[in-house]
Amino acid sequence: MPSNSSSRSLRLWQLGLFLGFLLFWYVATSPTLLPPLYFDDPNKAAFFFGEPLKVFERTWDWFTSGTIYAHLWVTLLETLLAFIIGTAFGLGMGLWLALAPTASALFDPYIKALNSMPRVILAPIFAVWFGLDIASKVALGVTLVFFIVFFNVYQGVREVSFTVVANARILGASDRQLLRHVYVPSAMSWVFASLHNSVGLAFVGAVVGEYLGSSRGVGYLILQAEGTFDINAVFAGILVLTAFALLLDWVVTLAERRLLVWQPRGGETEKI
Amino acid sequence: MSAAVPALALEQVTITFVSPDGGRYTAVRDTTLRVEPGEFVSVVGPTGCGKSTLLNVAVGLLQPSAGSVQVFGSPLTGLNPKAGYLFQTEALMPWRTARANVAAGLEFRGVERAEASKRADEWLQRVGLRGFGERYPHQLSGGMRKRVALAQTLILEPQLILMDEPFSALDIQTRQLMENQLLELWSANRKSVVFITHDLEEAISLSDRVVVLSAGPASHPIGEFPIDLPRPRDVAEIRLTPRFIELHTLIWRAMKQEVLKSYAQQQLQ
Repeated sequence: MPSNSSSRSLRLWQLGLFLGFLLFWYVATSPTLLPPLYFDDPNKAAFFFGEPLKVFERTWDWFTSGTIYAHLWVTLLETLLAFIIGTAFGLGMGLWLALAPTASALFDPYIKALNSMPRVILAPIFAVWFGLDIASKVALGVTLVFFIVFFNVYQGVREVSFTVVANARILGASDRQLLRHVYVPSAMSWVFASLHNSVGLAFVGAVVGEYLGSSRGVGYLILQAEGTFDINAVFAGILVLTAFALLLDWVVTLAERRLLVWQPRGGETEKI
Repeated sequence: MSAAVPALALEQVTITFVSPDGGRYTAVRDTTLRVEPGEFVSVVGPTGCGKSTLLNVAVGLLQPSAGSVQVFGSPLTGLNPKAGYLFQTEALMPWRTARANVAAGLEFRGVERAEASKRADEWLQRVGLRGFGERYPHQLSGGMRKRVALAQTLILEPQLILMDEPFSALDIQTRQLMENQLLELWSANRKSVVFITHDLEEAISLSDRVVVLSAGPASHPIGEFPIDLPRPRDVAEIRLTPRFIELHTLIWRAMKQEVLKSYAQQQLQ
């Protein structure tokens, strides 16, 4: 653990890096500060790369006027639904295939094939099947989340210590109790280990789905802005998405700490 | 020995493993072992002589290739319902607290959760872990985890307790504490115990009878020694008595050849 003062100076450097980047962006895209170095027209840099002040202004407008909230809510809803449904399917299939070797052998090549397929390409098909509303975005997110959870659960069940299973059986656990008290908790620890990944991908599914065709959501905002060559709004959308992704990640970290209390963490010295 | 039905009777048991490539390995051959009700029997032998295999057969995790297993007179099918098993390696559920681990067996048998927790707390106290009920296994030391495992097994009051080198991973002081605690718990209501170990001193200081197995493969008992040391015993002190040393010399003489044989085999591999 770095000492307090060195961690503070690290924070200062991180902030400095951010401000330096903003300054560079500002200077390089400003039509008046620098003579055009690469582009023939002084306004072209701003056209292609946006201007930081205008990006922040646009973001500020979205939040103060309140137009962004409805879009954010839709994206969040899609992300959550994709995450929950994908996790439920992944958990169910993972448990089933890990405990049924014949079914596992039967499905193995198909699961490998489906997993190798670039699933983002399914988005247009889902749009046809489920329409342009949230269902198609949720479907895309589910296909992304499912495989992460599925493989983790499968692995988690396979790697339960033989001794723990034998011990539970000797203590009198029936097959159902074994599933509930041994296999599921063990698999859940693997699911939580992949939580950051699966929430992230649920989010990707939602945004990509919106970007490819929708009438609501942050992805839709970006698509709209792009259609009118409003590069500042595109960057503002990206900024909002990034901040939102960080927020989701933070919530996941909190949930993880709460739920995986039984797992040892590095550097923990609670042993007595 | 009394004429009562033995708590555990392995009759002419042979255990042959077949590997996927068709190779055969006979771990145990023609082994007969009887354990009377209330008797503490230790099985000693060099490493890799099939001691654990024998125990896995007694608890029903493995089926013998030949021979029979009887538990209180009835043939064993499936898992042994009268047996508790203390594993050599970690067997606690890491996602359950110490209390929930101890209560697990009762819960599996349909005892209400509140009642199971209450009895688990009593057992935690009995093994010297009062106030540690809320801790998870990773927050406990190796010796404490063994105590939790012991309480987890004994709370079900099994008629037959099978122990597979339960204390081998502990340091010597913790080990002697655990051995004394085990003897204390055992003498409170004598159940049958089969205690597997490679440590002859541990075997003598705990048991009523020591069975020596030959080196593997195809190991089998080569000697049985009644231990006539008085009880109650203190495992650290009893090692210094003349009778202990006599018994140790006697049994070690029988074991020595087998240990050397096993050592030579390991050198060859």
